[in-house]
Amino acid sequence: MTIALTLLSAAFVLIGALFALVASIGLLRLPDLYSRMHAASKAGTVGSGLLLIALAIHAGEAGVMARALAGVIFFLLTAPISAHLLAKAAYAVGYRLGPTAVRDEMASTVEEQTSGSI
Amino acid sequence: MSLFLVNVLLALAWSAVTGVFSFGNLAFGFVLAMGVLSLIREQVGSVGYFSRTRRVVSLALLFIYELILSAWRVAILVLSPRMDLKPGIFAYPLKVDRDFEITLLANMITLTPGTLSVDVSDDRRILFVHAIDASTPDQTRRDIAEGFERKIMEAFR
Repeated sequence: MTIALTLLSAAFVLIGALFALVASIGLLRLPDLYSRMHAASKAGTVGSGLLLIALAIHAGEAGVMARALAGVIFFLLTAPISAHLLAKAAYAVGYRLGPTAVRDEMASTVEEQTSGSI
Repeated sequence: MSLFLVNVLLALAWSAVTGVFSFGNLAFGFVLAMGVLSLIREQVGSVGYFSRTRRVVSLALLFIYELILSAWRVAILVLSPRMDLKPGIFAYPLKVDRDFEITLLANMITLTPGTLSVDVSDDRRILFVHAIDASTPDQTRRDIAEGFERKIMEAFR
């Protein structure tokens, strides 16, 4: 039983670390900020979430488990918000989509809003 | 919501009677109280409570499934030698209108495959979504409308 739990938490640590690695490779390889946020918000959240779950399994103690699970929930709540804010801020200061972009339905609306406020 | 409170109170009562205030015992008391409430659901009018709980749980399960799928898809995309990207921002007309529901939907969109919410229009009717593959926005819009948005409306209305 103990061996099974240890193996399980080891597997979670490995998979979580792999996802964190993928997230950082994604940050380097993807072309523009918006695409990079995809890698950071998704693979990053799953990676750190899995590491915390591995900690919960390994500790086997109610207090540690509760805190680890709370950490996972806070990750799920905050990661998308910071991704959303970074993307919104980037758009607001005029950082446009990369050269491979196929559409931008936000451009017209934002121009209307800025011209209206001046 | 008041039945949820009753449920919590019954769980506390269970812990008080058994004298053990551990997390496991509280959770067991909660499940026990839920069973008790389901026995008298016709009398206390908690039929809606149970179907709502089921819908919230189904929303949470869908979310976890989509999150794992999306991390997997990002991993495949990032590790493939030639990245074939067609990124773009498309407008998504919102059907949900409460702040809480918009926040939840925007968060879920960000954590699901290939999409990232960027901004909400000032009148709260349009959500701007960035997609890794924006070549078929109608398809993506339909997926969101029939997936998360419908589930959110089922769970919280």
